[in-house]
This record gives sequence, structure tokens and C-alpha cells, in this order.
Amino acid sequence: MSGPTEWLSVTDTAQKIATGEVSAARVVENYLARITNVDRELNAYLTVTSDDARKAAADIDRKRAANQPLGPLGGVPIALKDNLVTKGTATTAGSKILDGWIPPYDGTVVEKLRAAGAIILGKVNCDEFAMGSSTERSAFKKTKNPWDTTRVPGGSSGGSSAAVAAGLCAASLGTDTGGSIRQPAAFCGVVGLKPTYGRVSRWGVVAFASSLDQVGPLTRTVRDAALVLEAIAGLDPRDSTSLDAPVPRYADAITGEVRGLRVGIPHEYFEATIDDEIRAAIDKTKAALVERGAILVDISLPNTVHALPAYYIVAPAEASSNLARYDGIRFGKAAAGAKNLLDLYMKSRGSGFGPEVKRRIMLGTYALRSGYYDAYYKKAQQIRTLIKRDFDKAFHHVDVVLTPTTPTAAFRFGSKATPLDMYLADIFTLSCNLAGLPGISVPCGLTVDGLPVGVQLMGKPLDEATLLRTADVIESAVGLGNRRPGGRS
Amino acid sequence: MTDLTEMLESWEPVIGLEVHVQLATLSKAFSPSAVKFGAPPNSLTDPAVLGMPGTLPTFNQHALELALRLGVATESKIRARARFARKHYFYPDQPKGYQISQYDEPLCEDGHLDLIIAGEVRRVRLQRIHLEEDAGKNTHVGALSQVDLNRAGVPLVEVVTAPEIYSSEEAAEFMRALHRLVRWLEISEADMEKGQMRCDANVSVRRRGEDRLGTRTELKNINSFRFVQNAIEHEIARQIRLLDDGQRIIQETRLWDSERGTSESMRSKETAEDYRYFPDPDLPPVVVDAPLMGTILRSLPELPTQRFLRYQKTHGLAADDARTLISDRALAEYFDAAVKAHPGDSSGRMIANWLLTELLGALNADAKTIEDTPMPPERLSELLRLVEDGTISGKIGKEIFEESYRTGEAPHEIVERRGVQQISDEAALWEIVEQVVTANAKQAEAYASGKDGLFGFFVGQVMKATNGRANPVITSDLLHKRLGR
Amino acid sequence: MPQLTRKEVDEIAMLARLHLEPDEAMRMQDELGKILDHFLALATVDTDGVPAMTHAVPMDLRLRPDEVAPSLPTGEAVRAAPAREGDLFVVPAIIGGGDK
Repeated sequence: MSGPTEWLSVTDTAQKIATGEVSAARVVENYLARITNVDRELNAYLTVTSDDARKAAADIDRKRAANQPLGPLGGVPIALKDNLVTKGTATTAGSKILDGWIPPYDGTVVEKLRAAGAIILGKVNCDEFAMGSSTERSAFKKTKNPWDTTRVPGGSSGGSSAAVAAGLCAASLGTDTGGSIRQPAAFCGVVGLKPTYGRVSRWGVVAFASSLDQVGPLTRTVRDAALVLEAIAGLDPRDSTSLDAPVPRYADAITGEVRGLRVGIPHEYFEATIDDEIRAAIDKTKAALVERGAILVDISLPNTVHALPAYYIVAPAEASSNLARYDGIRFGKAAAGAKNLLDLYMKSRGSGFGPEVKRRIMLGTYALRSGYYDAYYKKAQQIRTLIKRDFDKAFHHVDVVLTPTTPTAAFRFGSKATPLDMYLADIFTLSCNLAGLPGISVPCGLTVDGLPVGVQLMGKPLDEATLLRTADVIESAVGLGNRRPGGRS
Repeated sequence: MTDLTEMLESWEPVIGLEVHVQLATLSKAFSPSAVKFGAPPNSLTDPAVLGMPGTLPTFNQHALELALRLGVATESKIRARARFARKHYFYPDQPKGYQISQYDEPLCEDGHLDLIIAGEVRRVRLQRIHLEEDAGKNTHVGALSQVDLNRAGVPLVEVVTAPEIYSSEEAAEFMRALHRLVRWLEISEADMEKGQMRCDANVSVRRRGEDRLGTRTELKNINSFRFVQNAIEHEIARQIRLLDDGQRIIQETRLWDSERGTSESMRSKETAEDYRYFPDPDLPPVVVDAPLMGTILRSLPELPTQRFLRYQKTHGLAADDARTLISDRALAEYFDAAVKAHPGDSSGRMIANWLLTELLGALNADAKTIEDTPMPPERLSELLRLVEDGTISGKIGKEIFEESYRTGEAPHEIVERRGVQQISDEAALWEIVEQVVTANAKQAEAYASGKDGLFGFFVGQVMKATNGRANPVITSDLLHKRLGR
Repeated sequence: MPQLTRKEVDEIAMLARLHLEPDEAMRMQDELGKILDHFLALATVDTDGVPAMTHAVPMDLRLRPDEVAPSLPTGEAVRAAPAREGDLFVVPAIIGGGDK
């Protein structure tokens, strides 16, 4: 067949391999070659599992020759964010403290991808323990935005978004705690979906904030996101917070129809400081939806203003707890020459964690101290209920909520002077996690500088189908089409 | 300790106990790896037990059921929605850096355990009973510690009493009663030497008559019943001596050293560890609904204290016998089954007597327990009926017992076969009495003139003549008549 | 004004077992103070009678049947440990104070 296979969608890749038009081996080789050529510049990958990928591809080709079923993602090469636990393959979560750890087990989403026939190409870069909005906090590499290598790819799933945008994999799985799939997807011009909390299993996800974390797909098309979501969603008895709800055929929800769809526009979001070009792209998106029969409805989400402080109490508090297990005793790195047990803990953790992680652990420890618990953690958890109630009320009148994904396009490396500045980059995405709702970012234009702009849709619990349907229409109407980073192929 | 006895005239000890009991489940509290005592180190772990990144807890249904049994048996208030909380502290035997326990919303509260002290019921309030996971084992070897995580994750209940125990004897009795109860309910083997039941004591003293509680210390590492009383007494004495000396008690944790019979300060509790409790976000609330409670209630046997009272009141058993019976659920159930097969006012006492002396004696000699008894309760019952209705004498009864125990043959069959029915026919016995007295005229004269001891001789002769079958009471009556006194 | 004192920073670092170099501690004091300042607004929100959020779609805890699943082979369990003695994890002893 003609044309590079590295830009094929998941849908097309699976289809062409299933019909025999192209071999899985060829697809994998092409990706591996491209990674070799392009990734030394972009630094998306931490580990490339070329041998395993080739073996898996050979298996697929063998099955294809024997007319055996390949699975819905048969032969599709996927990159995994390095906070997803992979058996026998290094998993660092972007941290020195896990440097060299080879897990003895696979996370559920990894098992499910393999069962669906997908091929794991490798592990991609992220902010340390998924704490960050630029991937600058990775202990290992600096991943660059393929659209402008002086700029960040977003975070914490920056390796995922860069790899998908640059054709270094057909799709990627990232994680989203406060926007870590959606924001990098917006910065890199790809689709990023955070499912309803509990939709996808967290068994095998290196925990950051237990009540907020979710795994989701980053893909080049909305239809691809639907396919990948379907493969990874579902009840997992190993995760007590996993929902027992049927998994619909998400791709079937993509009908191209938005007539009568009620789209909520929350005025609090639009009153924030947003780059003019972002505003313009969002306005075009709204107009395109209206043109196709959607109805815009003004809504109010009054507790939005409390989302940032609530998030920056809940997430660090849970993180401080989840990261207490890193002590250099059973796995990971230990500090050398510890004089006594206390020294071992202090030095291993002090030198193994980066500054952002330490900052959040300190913040979280502060918030959970007795005497402070009520005023901070408990209060923040109550505010989450208020935020959720805002959405519940709104969803009586609307089917989806539309906002910008980010207030600006991708920023330059080192441009966020203080931690607080960095935290403010997430203001539009946080509420979704706090309320446990599904959210998607889909590209809706480019700035004058050629940087992607993303629009965010948030939906009712377990209503990923409506999000996908709407996002697909936006993609057709105002998406990036065939435009690629650097105009290169 | 007469020293202590004197001290206790002016000082009152106030004790609260925190007892951890390992629940007898097959798998761990929050992961499915096995629970087994004495396995090779680190052979009972999985990624969750090791606290590996990405792992999550799943809660063992049977642990909940066992804990609920205890909650119901102690008449605790059971929470309809209970929550797990994370208790944070850094220690090598705690792999996640926190223990999954309960804090604000424990499973059970405000229950009680009834102790029987000097035949009286004394109620000790239980503030709470909650679920948690056990830690691994840390062993010091020179300048290093070795860590075995086999025990990490084993389900525990923690039972916390109100500080309402006022003597070391009571504390020891509480431990015995709790031990009995958890074994009775079959929720734990509770072997203290295997660490399946552990006791921490909070001890303080105050001058008698005072309301305010004194400063308390926490006493740990009490790992056998014997030590409970000793350790607490030692601590009480230590505190009183300090206070008498004008010093103050430091709030601290002390470790009991059973070899030396002393305790040693472990760390100061002045700046108490901040455990930073918060509800575990990985575990939604545990729901205890009516159907589950129904199952638990139906599975509960009559409890030891209730049974003790019933044995005393309804069956008129002596306190000691009642106490022995309730020390072992199987023994009590044997007794109940035997009584059921042999109803009657005095049958209880008789059954208790034979059960505790003859049957237990025989079982002990064979190194058997009541569970292995070759004589089922109905058979014992049958034998006792034969004695009670006079078919055989008590003495013969004991012989029949031994044979039936050994061979399994039914008592009435043995009696038939050996023809050892008791002779209670007065006329027949009178004939024999006549013969015996006539044949022993000299002794009869001697007895008549005051040699009381010879009465036994005559009884013996009647027994000889009847192969032991003469009814002893009637024989005695008739002999008195014939001999004139 | 929840400005953190240096003492508090040290206490929290100890609770979290994080060794901080002096300059780190200073920076932490400043940065955390600013972040916490930002959260003062939360205190004014009326949350009387509002329950804490547990799950987007409310759920009860699923119970796991009491069945044993295979453990990790011992070699696997201890393989990644930085320090071991045979099948046991090894750590330095605590200074002062006895066993827990």
C-alpha cells in the first residue's frame, strides 16, 4: 500500500491489518523507524519495547494468515504513559525513585489492550508521578511539542500527546487527574478523553490522587478514541472503585448528528483570562455546532471559582498518602550509606523525589494533619459535592458543557515562574475530575503561530457517547484535517 | 504482692485494654493471598501486600462476617455504612506507609463483654470494635532489621474497652473471657503464643475516691495470658511508687519484658504520632444491610455467659461445673445434647457429673478431646437413665460406662448380656439378708453390741451373694431392720 | 494568614520523611505559604450539611469472596529490593527505642 502507515488512524490500521492489506510487522517497523529518526529530537519515549513489539506483530500476522480473530485493536501499536504498570518492562512514573523497577505484573488496561490485539510499542514520558502540566517535571527527559520544539507538549501526559501528534504511535494511553490527558491533547492538537471516574480500572495505575485519577486514550481522531475506550473500559473486581456498568459500542455513538443537542456555556469559564486566539477558535466551534442544529444554552457553574483550591488540597493530600510507600525498602531506589532507619527514609525520599513532588507531598501532609483535616481536606471534599451539584443542575437543561480546554496555547519551556502559575494552567480542566465526570478535548483550530487549540466538552456520568458524538462533529467542522506538526510527514 | 495489696488500699488502678484478634480467614483482609502461620519468609505476598505501585485493596467478605459476629455477640451498635481509613506511619513492617484501619466510622460501637467474677456478672463496656490489617514482622539482627511481610495484610479486629477495668485480675479475666468468646464464635483460633491475640494495656492510677483519671502509660508486648496480670501489676506498682515518691508519670509506651519481669520505655507519647487519618479513597463505604445481619444472627450460637447462667438456674449446676462446661463450646454442646435426650429435673447435675469426671477422664487418658468422643451424648444419657431408674446401681453403671466407651456397645445391651440388673425386689433381698445374717451370727452379735464398723461387712456379704447387683439403699435399709439397728 | 514557620516546615518534612536541604526548606516555606494563602477563600464557603464527595456515581463496597489466589514466588517478591538477606528485606535498625 502507499503512504506512510505511521499516520494511519487506529481504525484504519486495524482494518488494513485485518484485511491483509498491510502486515502488522510492517506497521511496527515503520513506527520503530520513525521513533529512531524523530524521537531523538522530541524525547517522547523513555523505553521502546522493539523486541516485544516485533514478536507481538509476528503473532498477529500469524493469526491473520490462519484466519483467526485478531481482536478489535489487532496489530495497532500503542504507547503507554510510564505511570502505567507493565510486567517485565521498566515503569518509572517519570521518577528517579522508581528508576530500574521492573514490575512483576501488568495493569488491567495493559492486559485489556493486549487481549484486544494491540501492540505495546513502549513507555512514554510524563511529569514525575503525573504531577505537572508540562512534562518538564520528568526526572529523565524533556519532551518537546512537535508543533514547536521550544514549547512544552503539556502534561502530565506530554509524552503521550507528543507521540500521537508526531506519528510515533497509533494511539496512546495517558492518565488524567486534573487535566493531564486533555491539556496535553489540546497543546499537541490531538484528541484526549478522560472517562467518568470508575469507568476504567485503576489497577496498575501508579496512584497520584486516588479519587481523581483515570486512564484515557490520546488519539488522532475521535473515532479512534471511541475504539480505544471501548477496549479498556469495564468493571474490574481488582479495583473497588471501578463501576459495574455495561460498556457500550462507543464507535456506534458517532452518528454525525448534533441536531437538538443542548450545549451549555458556563459563563464563569468565559469570564476568566483567555488568549484572544483561543476565544476566537472556541467561538468558531460554537458557531459550527449551531450551524449543524445544536442549541447553545447559557449556564452558571457558580462553584467553579473554588475548583483550584479544592483540587490543590485533595490531590496533594491523597498523593502524600499514596507516595508513602516509596521508601527504598521493597523496590525502587534507596539512598546509599543510610546511618539508621530514619536516615534511610529521609534520604531515599529526599533524593528520589523531585521538587514538585516534594512540594505536593508537603502540601498534602499539611492538609491532613490533625487539627487541619476539617478545614482543608474535609472542606475540599465538601466543595467537590457543591461543584458536582452545579453540574447536576446544569445537566437538567443541557446535554454537554463546552469550554476552552486551556486559557493559552502551549507555552515555552521554563515560562511558568512559580508553582502557582503552573497550577493556574489547569483551571478549566480541574472541575471535571473533582466532579468525576467524563471530559474530552478535541482540536478546533490553530493559532497564528501554528499552535493547536483545543475545545473541551464535559458530560454526564457515563455519557462518553454524547461527548464522542459531539467531538466528532467538531472534528469534521473545525478540526485540523490533514495538518500535521511541522508540515512534515 | 503484699506490697501491692497495701498500695491498693489507697490507690485505684484504672485500666483500658486494646486487644487485637486475628480473624480466621483463608485470604488476607485486602488482597487474596493466603493466611498461614509459620510459612517461609515472604512467601505469602502479592503486589498489593508489598505495596507495589498501582495496586489497590479489595475487601474480604468473610472478614466482615466474622467481625459482625463479634459485634452482635457483644451487643454492639453496628454501623449501617462503615468506612475504612488510612492510618499513616513509616515503619518497615507497614509496606504502604499506612495501615488500612477504621477511625471515624468504625464497624461496631458501645458493646460490652460480661465477665463472671466470683460467680457474679461484671460488665465491661467496649468502646469500639473495628477492622484493620496486620503489619509484617520486623526482627532485629545486630545492626540491621529483617522484614518478613507474610503477616502483612492479615485481617484483625481491634477491641477497645472503656477504661473501666479496676484490677489486674479483672484484666486477666477479660482476656480469658474474650478469648473464650472469639473461639466460641469460631472467628479466631486466638492463640496468644502465635500472636493471634495481642493485648495492649492502658494503665493509670488515682487515689481512691478521686474522679479524675491519672496520666496513663501504654503497655505493649504482652503475649501470653500469664503475662497479662503480671505485667499490669508491675506497671501499677511502678506508677504508685513514683507517685508516692512525689514524681509524675510520663505518658509513654512501655514494652513488657517477660523474661526480666519488667517494662522498658519505648518512646515518649508526649508528642503523639500524627497518623493523619482520612477515609480511604480506594474503598467505598461497607454496607451492612438487613439481609446480612439476618445471616449473622442466624449463625450465632448461644453465648457463653448466657449459657453459664442457664446452667446455674435451670439445671442447678455448681458454678465451677458450669464454668468448666462453657470453657469449651463442644463440651457445652455435648452437655446440652445429653440433657435433651434425658430430660428431668436433676438430670443436669448428674449428666454434668458423669461428663466431667467419667467421660473427660476417659478422654484425657486417651489424649482425646470431646470432639473425638467415642460415646455420643445420647448414649451417656441412656446409661444415666438406667442408673436413675434403678435398673443398675451407680457402681455397676461405672463398669458399664467403661465397657460402652471401649466397645461402643449400647449400655442396655451390655446390661442384658451381663445380666447385671440391679436387684431391688425387697422380698428377694430380705431372703438374702436373712441368709447372710444367719451365716454370720458372731458378727451379728458383735454389731449388736456396738461394733459399728461391721455394718460394711454385712453390706459386702450381700453384694457378694448377689454379684454386686443388690440395690445398696434397700440393702442398707433391710440390714438395719434385720440387725436391729 | 497561614504563613508557615520554619519549625512547621521542618515538622511536616519529618512527618513526610523528606530530607530537605536548608535552601530547599527555605524555598518550601515561601512557596507553600503562597499556595496556602491562595486557599484562604475556601474557609468562607458555606458547607454546612454538605456531605463529602465520595464517588461520581455513588457505590457501595464490593465484597471479595474469601478465596486464596497464588502469591508471588518469593524470589519475585524480593527481587527488586535494594537490600536483602536471603528471602528477607533488610533495613538499618532504628537508633534508640525498641521494636514496635
